Amino acid sequence: MKFAYYPGCSGKGTSVEYEISTKAVCSALGIYLQELADWSCCGSTPAHATDTLLSAALSARNLSLAAEAMKQSGATKLATPCPSCLANLKTARHHMANQEFRRKVDKLLDSPCPPLGPKGEEPLPETYSILQLLVEDYGLENIAAKVTRPLKGLKIAPYYGCLLSRPAPIMQFDDPENPTSMDRLLEALGAEVVPFPLKTECCGAAMGIPRRDITARLSARLLDAATTFGADMIAVACPLCHMNLDLRQEQAAKASGVSYDMPVLYFTQLMGIALGLPDSDLALDKLSVSPAAALQKIGKEISA
Amino acid sequence: MDSINLRARDEAFIREVEKESGQNISTCYQCGNCTAGCPCGPVYDLQVNQIMRAIQLGDKKTVLEAASPWLCVSCSTCSARCPNDIDVARVMDTVRHIGRREGKTKYVINAFWDSFLQTVRFCGRSYELGIMALFMLRTGRFYTDLDLAPRMLPKKKMPYLPHLIRGKAAVSRIFKRFNDMQQYDD
Ligand code: SF4
Ligand code: SF4
Repeated sequence: MKFAYYPGCSGKGTSVEYEISTKAVCSALGIYLQELADWSCCGSTPAHATDTLLSAALSARNLSLAAEAMKQSGATKLATPCPSCLANLKTARHHMANQEFRRKVDKLLDSPCPPLGPKGEEPLPETYSILQLLVEDYGLENIAAKVTRPLKGLKIAPYYGCLLSRPAPIMQFDDPENPTSMDRLLEALGAEVVPFPLKTECCGAAMGIPRRDITARLSARLLDAATTFGADMIAVACPLCHMNLDLRQEQAAKASGVSYDMPVLYFTQLMGIALGLPDSDLALDKLSVSPAAALQKIGKEISA
Repeated sequence: MDSINLRARDEAFIREVEKESGQNISTCYQCGNCTAGCPCGPVYDLQVNQIMRAIQLGDKKTVLEAASPWLCVSCSTCSARCPNDIDVARVMDTVRHIGRREGKTKYVINAFWDSFLQTVRFCGRSYELGIMALFMLRTGRFYTDLDLAPRMLPKKKMPYLPHLIRGKAAVSRIFKRFNDMQQYDD
C-alpha cells in the first residue's frame, strides 16, 4: 500500500509525536507514506475563517502537488493525520467542483489546478485521514493479526474531536455524532473501550491562545467525563485536541478546580505499543502527562 | 431616521449570505437545536439560532455587530444537528468573511488569525513561535501561555526556526493575488 502523505505543520512541531508514531506504525504495517515534496500550510482555521477562496487556494497548491506526485509514484490515495488539514483539503476540493469557484482559485495560483472529473474522480485527489485508511483500507482484521502486545487491561476513552466526521456531506466518514471507527480499532488492539458520550464534543480548538477561558472550560468537561467513566487514558486523533487535553491539562484543572492526571495519547502511539514497537519510535517522552503508570496496567488482569 | 433604517430588511445582505454560504437560510424554523449543542453558547452575546433569525430578517447590523461569530470554534455541531440540513457552521464562517470585508475585525481572535496567516505568507508554513510573537505584539498580551513554557521547552516541540519551504514565494503570491483581488472588488 502506498499513499501520498501531507503531514501538516503541527506534525513538525507541537504534534511531532503523532507524526513520528504515524510513520512508525505505517512502516511496521508495510504502508509506504510518500511525503509531498515542498508542501505548504493549508491555512487551517485562520484561512477558512478569513475567506473561503483564500483557504481553497492554499489547499489547492498542495492538492496540485499531490496530483503530480501520485501520477509519478502510483500512490493510490492522499493521506493526512491532521483533521484540521483534512477538513481544509476536502472542503477545497468539494468547492472546486463548482467551475466558477475553481476559476477564481486558479487565478490565485501560479498554475491552474489539475481538473476534477465530472464524477469527482482524479486527477485532483480526495484526501483521507490516516485513521480512515487504516480502518477501511488496511482493515481491522489485518491490524489485529499484527498485534504482538495486546492492550489488555487498559481502559481507553476514544475522543474523536469535532472535525473528523463533520460536516458529514464533506467529510464522508463514520457517524457525525457517534463515530465508532477508533473504538473498533482500539478493541482490535485488545484494549477496553469505555463508553464516552463526549466523543465529538469540541475541546475548544484553537481558542487556547486568544481565549483560554473557553478552551479550559471545554477541555475540563472532557477530562471530567473520561475520569467519571473510569478511563486510564484518552485516545485522540487530532493535534489540537491533544494540545488542549495534554499540554493544557493544568489550565483545564484551574478552570474546574479538579486536578487531573489523565494521559492523552495519539491512537497511533497506542497502535505502536500494541504492535510491539519500541518507545523511541513512538515519542512517548514528548507527552506532557506521562502515560508510564497507566501503561503498567497492560497485561495485568485486575480482579475487582 | 437611523433607527428606522437600522431595522429595514436588507435583502441584499440575505442574498449575500445565502450565495456565499450556499445555504438556504429561509428554511430555518428556529427549533434551537444548533444553540442547544453549541459549546460556545455560554460566551455568546447572540445565540447561533438568533444569528440565523437576524439573517432571515435581513438585520445586517445586528449580525455584524455580534461578537459570537468571532468566538465560534467551527466545530460543526450545529450543522450536524440542524433538522433542515443547514450547514450552520458555514453560515457562521460566511458572517466572519463579510464582517472582515466590512472592517469588523476588532477581536482578539483576529489578531491570532492574522498572526498565523502572516507566518504562512512569509515562510510557506505556519511557524508557532512567530505566531506567538506577532500575536503578543498585536495585542500587548505578553503573558500569553507563559505558564506552558516549563512544560513545553524541555520537550523540544517548538522549533526555534521556521520551516522555510522552496515554494514560499509561491505561497506568498497566493496572498498577494488574494489581496489584489479584494481591492478590485471593493
Ligand atoms: S438547528 Fe437549523 S432549523 Fe433549528 S434553529 Fe438552528 S439553523 Fe434553524
Ligand atoms: S460551529 Fe460555531 S456556532 Fe456551530 S456549534 Fe460549533 S461553536 Fe457553535
